[in-house]
Amino acid sequence: MTKVGTPLAAPDAPAPTARLPRRRGVELALILVALLLSVYGYCAVGIARSGTLPPGAAGYGAGLGVLALLAHLAVRLRAPYADPLLLPIGVLLNGLGLVLIYRLDLETPEDRAAPTQLVWSTLGVGLFIVVVAALRDHRILQRYAYVCVVGALALLTMPIFFPAVNGARIWIRIAGFSIQPGEFAKVLLAVFFAAYLAANRNALAYTGRTVWRFTRLQLPTGRVLGPILAIWLLSVGVLVLERDLGTSLLFFGLFVILLYVATGRTGWIAVGLLLAVLGAVAVGRLEPHVHSRVEDWLHPFATIEAGQGPNQLAQSLFAFAAGGILGTGLGLGHSVLIGFATKSDFILATAGEELGLAGLSAIFLLYGLLVERGYRAGLDLRDPFGRLLAVGLASIWALQVFVIAGGVTGLIPLTGMAMPFLAQGGSSVVTNWAIVALLIRVSHSARRQYDGQAVL
Amino acid sequence: MTRHIRHAAAFCALLLLALLANAARVQVVQAGSYNDNPANRRPDIARYRQPRGNILIGDRPVTGSRDTGGRLRHERTYPEGPLYAPVTGYSSQRYGTTLLEHTEDGVLSGTDPLLTPLPLFTDVTRARNPGGDVVTTLNQAAQQAAYQGLGGRKGAVAAIEPATGRILALVSAPSYDPSELSGNGPATARAWARLTGDPDKPMLNRAVRQTYPPGSTFKVVTAAAALDAGVVRDVDAPTGSPAPYTLPGTRTRLANEAEGCEDAPLRVAFQWSCNTVFAKLGVDVGVDDMVSTAQAFGFNDPDLRIPFSVARSTFDTSVDRAQLALSSIGQYNTRATPLQMAMVAAAVANGGQLRTPYLVERRLRANGATVSTAGSRPARQVMRPATAARLRQLMRDVVREGTGTNAAIRGATVGGKTGTAQHGLGNAGTPYAWFVSWAQSHTALQAEVAVAVVVEDASGNRGEITGGGMAAPIARAVMEAVLNS
Repeated sequence: MTKVGTPLAAPDAPAPTARLPRRRGVELALILVALLLSVYGYCAVGIARSGTLPPGAAGYGAGLGVLALLAHLAVRLRAPYADPLLLPIGVLLNGLGLVLIYRLDLETPEDRAAPTQLVWSTLGVGLFIVVVAALRDHRILQRYAYVCVVGALALLTMPIFFPAVNGARIWIRIAGFSIQPGEFAKVLLAVFFAAYLAANRNALAYTGRTVWRFTRLQLPTGRVLGPILAIWLLSVGVLVLERDLGTSLLFFGLFVILLYVATGRTGWIAVGLLLAVLGAVAVGRLEPHVHSRVEDWLHPFATIEAGQGPNQLAQSLFAFAAGGILGTGLGLGHSVLIGFATKSDFILATAGEELGLAGLSAIFLLYGLLVERGYRAGLDLRDPFGRLLAVGLASIWALQVFVIAGGVTGLIPLTGMAMPFLAQGGSSVVTNWAIVALLIRVSHSARRQYDGQAVL
Repeated sequence: MTRHIRHAAAFCALLLLALLANAARVQVVQAGSYNDNPANRRPDIARYRQPRGNILIGDRPVTGSRDTGGRLRHERTYPEGPLYAPVTGYSSQRYGTTLLEHTEDGVLSGTDPLLTPLPLFTDVTRARNPGGDVVTTLNQAAQQAAYQGLGGRKGAVAAIEPATGRILALVSAPSYDPSELSGNGPATARAWARLTGDPDKPMLNRAVRQTYPPGSTFKVVTAAAALDAGVVRDVDAPTGSPAPYTLPGTRTRLANEAEGCEDAPLRVAFQWSCNTVFAKLGVDVGVDDMVSTAQAFGFNDPDLRIPFSVARSTFDTSVDRAQLALSSIGQYNTRATPLQMAMVAAAVANGGQLRTPYLVERRLRANGATVSTAGSRPARQVMRPATAARLRQLMRDVVREGTGTNAAIRGATVGGKTGTAQHGLGNAGTPYAWFVSWAQSHTALQAEVAVAVVVEDASGNRGEITGGGMAAPIARAVMEAVLNS
């Protein structure tokens, strides 16, 4: 996929004249495919449930289409070299998420979430267009590293002053909309980590003391480690106070990955694992609700054996199992039995039951492709900040998908978190569109430098 | 840095692989056990999503379905629940299924592979066939006559078409309304507690699941054995039996209710139900021949299915001569279901040939196409045709001028046998009134119906509880209903 070959392979040749293909046509075609798939899913739900096309099919398709085309125009005008896969995958996952939420709304007529989700998706695409159009160069962000971290901490702290919802203090409610500021904080923290590590990576990589003589394990010095550890501890502390373990796990993973990429020191992995073990033991001791999550994971059917009926995880496993290989078909499953959080944390169970292993694998592979495009942009870039930023943003998706998808399928203990693009949750959708926008910018920079004039 | 980005990418790829492998584990490898978990409600939701097929008499359904709009959507209804409960059983969202609802569940719920025109296609689309219908052999008029005849008294009626084995009526009283058990709410639980706790046992299917001492009606079997074994060659010759009869090897003396039994010929003894004569005949025939005749009629068979299982009627195979004497007059360990005694009458009426009884005539797809029929049932020669002919005569005499005159029908030949079975410790319990019979209208070529009636009501005056007094009128009503339809 990399177009490195053209200018480098032929040093003797005359000045490179071949223009790097921009692939905006490919992007447009893929967006149309994504739109068709989404509208098809919407119609399939209606036909399965009532035998007729749903009344809003045309409007839904047109709305999503206009959003996608505006986003495409923004990319075509302001980031013409951008990776052509990022935007279509975002549109497809967002469209599919709307279909799944609309489908689940049919089971809960008194509580409709799809219209709100569509509004949030519009806001998300709006932010996408603003970022793509306004951010001329991603390196500008490097200057605002400390602004970002202050902002991130402020956002993380904010919900403490609002009432808890379902036992977790991660939402704030303004004018009927509930916002989860922690979602936005992810991006800001990724920017800060990337900027800080890019600036200090030499110090981090080449100083420190060797722990074991015959291995390459080398611990960093306290002076460089200090500030970053402090920020990490602070954010994790806030999250434990707010009882949002999924996000805290995500920050920790992001931190370790970026440290490793920046310094290449296996010592960081050792430090990370040590911290993880310490954190896990401490949290497991202090937090009874984490302990119960682990118990649920080890014995998902314990409540059934105790005669209390299946818990959410058991119902989720039943839903996936009911899907089998090909699924029941959209609109024909019974994932609503899961009860609370079917549209948010457990949205994947609906996909698993109604689209089957085939559909679920396709969704996982779409996320995989999204992450791969992010990493690819990171590999193609030259500046350390851009590389770390791309890797960090892509890793947010990878970790988030793993934590929540692994949780609802019984691979790891369940921690509440939103499936990117699919799950109900406005802040999450907006944040994910912001991530796509940043990666579009980064990949534009990465590929433009090979287009003859910029480099060499 | 590039190398480390690749390492991190490889780590992400590992996470992806773990998710994919785990998804395959949950959705394919473990799917079977998750789907079968009793706490998983999906099978129930799918099962009650569509209306259940119906149980029919002819083309008239005796069951129905009600759309509740709830998660378990359709509930069973029984417009005439108590009348047909001993045939349909119940189909409950909470307590499962019984009787025909149970044995025909595959057809009724739509899961039977027979209903699938394109099996592979259906597997892929996961479509469920609409529930099929089950057509029974019942005769509506006979069923109603039997139910009204019992009039709520404890008892049971079974009626068979002798030439085919089709079951024409199957009634048990007191009965219950299976509609009460259809749902899964608290009302259903209350109804269940009430019905299962009722001392009258309304949910007991007395026609096929309860055995009674058959008393004198068993003398049909003893007479068949005596005639077949050659112990009696002439029904009008004296049998040389004393009255009272001292049970062999004991000092117990067996007496009769009727007069003139001493040395009575078989015809007289049968007509007036002489215990002494039949006790002696049983002993003269011997255990082996008595057992083989009784078993040919269907006694000691634990595997009879009509298609639901029928309780085993018993004739004890290891008895001494005194016990054999008592067994031969339907006492001691001899016990029979009403259906078994209807089979005895049917075998006599059908020239000694017994057709296995059955309830399901046809199974239909929802569109009315037949998917299976009962076909011809296995027949068994129970006794020689000559023996059957003589027994028919003996039974006819009982109705013409013996203990069973209450069963006579104008324009038809009716044969019968009364019975009054003692039971309980020292015969202290209220006796059961029995009547077994068959009827053939004068214009028909063969007997059209065989019936067994048992009434176990305690409310009657002890003297009136006789087969001829209480049970024969019910049998006549059922036979008339069949002959008239």
